[in-house]
Amino acid sequence: MLHTIAPIVENKPGVLVRTAGLFSKRGFNIESLTVGATDNPDRSRMTITVEGDEVVLEQVTKQLNKLVNVIRVSELLPSESVGRELAVIKVAARKEDRSEIMQIVSVIRAEVIDVSPRSMIVEMTGSEDKVEAMVRLLRQFGIKEKARTGKVSMARGATAVGP
Amino acid sequence: MKHTIALIVENKPGVLVRIAGLFSRRGFNIDSLTVGATDNPDYSRMTITVEGDEVVLEQVTKQLNKLVNVIRVSELLPSESVERELAIIKVAARKEDRSEIMQIVSVFRAKIIDVSPRSMIVEVTGSEDKVEAMVRLLRQFGIKEMARTGKVSMVRGTKVVSA
Amino acid sequence: MSNMSGAEAIVESLKLEGVDVVFGLPGGYILPLYDALYDSGIRHVLIRHEQAAAHAADGYARATGRVGVCLATSGPGATNLVTGIATAYMDSVPMVAMTGQVPSQLLGTDGFQEADITGITIPVTKHNYLVRRAKDIPRVFREAFYIARTGRPGPVLIDLPKDVTVDDLDFEYPEICLPGYSPNLKVHALQIKRAAKALMEAERPVIYVGGGVKYSDGHKELVELAEKIKAPVTTTLMGVGCFPEDSPLSLGMLGMHGTRYANLAIQEADLILAVGARFDDRVTGKIASFAPQAKVIHVDVDPAEIGKNVRVDIPVVGDAKTALAELAKAVEPKVWSAWNELVAAWKRDHPLFYAKGGDSIKPQFVLETICKLCPEAVIVTEVGQNQMWAAQFFTHKDPKHFISSGGLGTMGYGFPAATGAKMGCPEKEVFDIAGDGSIQMNIQELATAVINDVAVKVIILNNGVLGMVRQLQDLFYEKRFTNTTLGRVPDFVKMAEAYGALGLRATRPSEVEGVLKEAIASDRPTVVDVVISPDEKVSPMVPAGASLSEILELEG
Repeated sequence: MLHTIAPIVENKPGVLVRTAGLFSKRGFNIESLTVGATDNPDRSRMTITVEGDEVVLEQVTKQLNKLVNVIRVSELLPSESVGRELAVIKVAARKEDRSEIMQIVSVIRAEVIDVSPRSMIVEMTGSEDKVEAMVRLLRQFGIKEKARTGKVSMARGATAVGP
Repeated sequence: MKHTIALIVENKPGVLVRIAGLFSRRGFNIDSLTVGATDNPDYSRMTITVEGDEVVLEQVTKQLNKLVNVIRVSELLPSESVERELAIIKVAARKEDRSEIMQIVSVFRAKIIDVSPRSMIVEVTGSEDKVEAMVRLLRQFGIKEMARTGKVSMVRGTKVVSA
Repeated sequence: MSNMSGAEAIVESLKLEGVDVVFGLPGGYILPLYDALYDSGIRHVLIRHEQAAAHAADGYARATGRVGVCLATSGPGATNLVTGIATAYMDSVPMVAMTGQVPSQLLGTDGFQEADITGITIPVTKHNYLVRRAKDIPRVFREAFYIARTGRPGPVLIDLPKDVTVDDLDFEYPEICLPGYSPNLKVHALQIKRAAKALMEAERPVIYVGGGVKYSDGHKELVELAEKIKAPVTTTLMGVGCFPEDSPLSLGMLGMHGTRYANLAIQEADLILAVGARFDDRVTGKIASFAPQAKVIHVDVDPAEIGKNVRVDIPVVGDAKTALAELAKAVEPKVWSAWNELVAAWKRDHPLFYAKGGDSIKPQFVLETICKLCPEAVIVTEVGQNQMWAAQFFTHKDPKHFISSGGLGTMGYGFPAATGAKMGCPEKEVFDIAGDGSIQMNIQELATAVINDVAVKVIILNNGVLGMVRQLQDLFYEKRFTNTTLGRVPDFVKMAEAYGALGLRATRPSEVEGVLKEAIASDRPTVVDVVISPDEKVSPMVPAGASLSEILELEG
């Protein structure tokens, strides 16, 4: 099962190594990981998605909590949270394909952020499923390059993981 | 100075630790890092932003190239690339503030993706500056929680960073 | 394809890689592999402490040019290897280290004798693997050996959970497919042309050579190039032996304890050709004032070394041997110049020296005597004063005949490394030049040497102190000799005898030659206790952080 955890960590060199090391020493592959600023410059927020059973996840969460630079760790359940990912995709765009690409982009509320004679860069956000669907649609034209942020996630409602 | 590095890496456990370790050993703080799928399931793409001296960064880049699991390393110059970040922000939203928040959201072409009696979750994408600007405006209402993906970056035009 | 266990697949892989000897010590989680080794035909040398397994594999690798192999069990076995692995990493020694690991389902549970050895060794290995499935074994081993020996060599660790060595697989040795690893061996023709032009234009060139020339086997090409353009050659500690020190072009070693004339030549040079060397702080002294007038050509197989410590004018990425051969072809012969005359005068005026005469044995004299009696010997060293005297007072001529822990400076390295070297080259005379401090860090390996009939000759320059540190206290800490006195314990002759080795002693200068002859004649492990004064110093010396021009001559 895929789990999403959101550690709030101190914004210091080496924190990422310590955190990621906890996963690799058990041979877990991190499916996606993001680290970004929070509203407090001393803190960063990570979102980690990892495949594994409950027991394993519980153990990793406890180990994360033991790290001195980790402030808080929360698991975010899909049913109780919103998850979003950003993808930027460079798609081959011959003249005759352009209008079709634009149509797809508009249907799924994506955006074209760069156009060159033979390619376009499309930006989209949404759940992982939505991003996957979009990628599938664009694949017919030729995907030249793709950069995905990995998922960020947040519990619905007023409760907060941290500042 | 801030630098953005895009890496194509093998999708294997431990790769992130090796990479993060090279930065931490030199005392570099990683400002943001994203790891996401590419169109090839064997490879992931990372975008790392770091603040640091050019010479030291060059050394880190060379060391990155030496890692067996790293396929390609490119520095992306802001002037030649599109840069995007996704943030989801939980903002306190009393009844009397809602319409003003909605207005800001609309100006920034952001989206509201969750509403509860006392809060809203806003999703915004754009350059780091745009996200910062939005955060500043929302701060007056009270930011309860924020998760940012960190930046993804892609060279404009047809040139690609890939395996 | 044939069906076999993971452990059998490891043995098969080792055979395909041409491994004939491995150094290790068994334990619970590596037992399946030991069981497969039992009747495999691969020689296993049982050491007494895992650190020595890594050092022995390292010494074997440096003496033979082949990949050294060591193994240990999980947990403490694996962590005991770490110093040896780090030593090999710093000196770019090809090595494959195998470690047992708890069964996969116990990973990360702090199981008995569990250590995250892949996590621990990331910064000190060229690459490492935690094998998760038996079927990955052939691929991992193929890659590990390839990575260890190609490009800039280095140690690769393979962590083997017990179940992985027990499970079955269909063995097939695959082709190498490493998209993220492609060592750049070819040299760029244009860069060679630029470098050759600079060499031709230079009036005061110096060739500065490191371990890279040793590993690429480029010493013949080096001699050819140097002689063709009459360029003086200085070596780092790792490069000792790459250029014959009896050549008029040899400047010996440079840096902190280098010759005065090598350091003078570097400071006066208008061009430095650095080959397989990395401008380490022990070599450059204060970096801002290193070779102030020189243009720098830097040849290295590792692009990350170029421009790391000093500004480089002409970078040449690629194999040292190839680059030297190409350069030798590209340059025109030069004649003996005023620069050569000046360097020769420095050599005459500022030779390495020590005060002769007196009642106590001079360590420098011991080295000179070994050199006289056995000029073709393989000299392995410990770390400290013994190491520097061995580099300075033996005339080195063969790149594989000087073996020393340079980068990490690991005390306790020499004796197990000498054992490994002797096993790799049984026909050669192998000395471990030791101090009484260093030798005690892996003294237990006397048992390994005795039981395996490894006739290494250990020469202990016994000053009863941690000499190099004491020298620093003498010079920079007002002779406050805190914790550097070892008290001349134990009696090394008795100790050698207790292990079943031959123990000899020299206390007066007149005894040195006779005792050394006796040691050389001995066909079993031999320990020679040479009693020297605690006040002996390594000279000359550039204080740490000072410019190479600020070299001090010290008296013992």
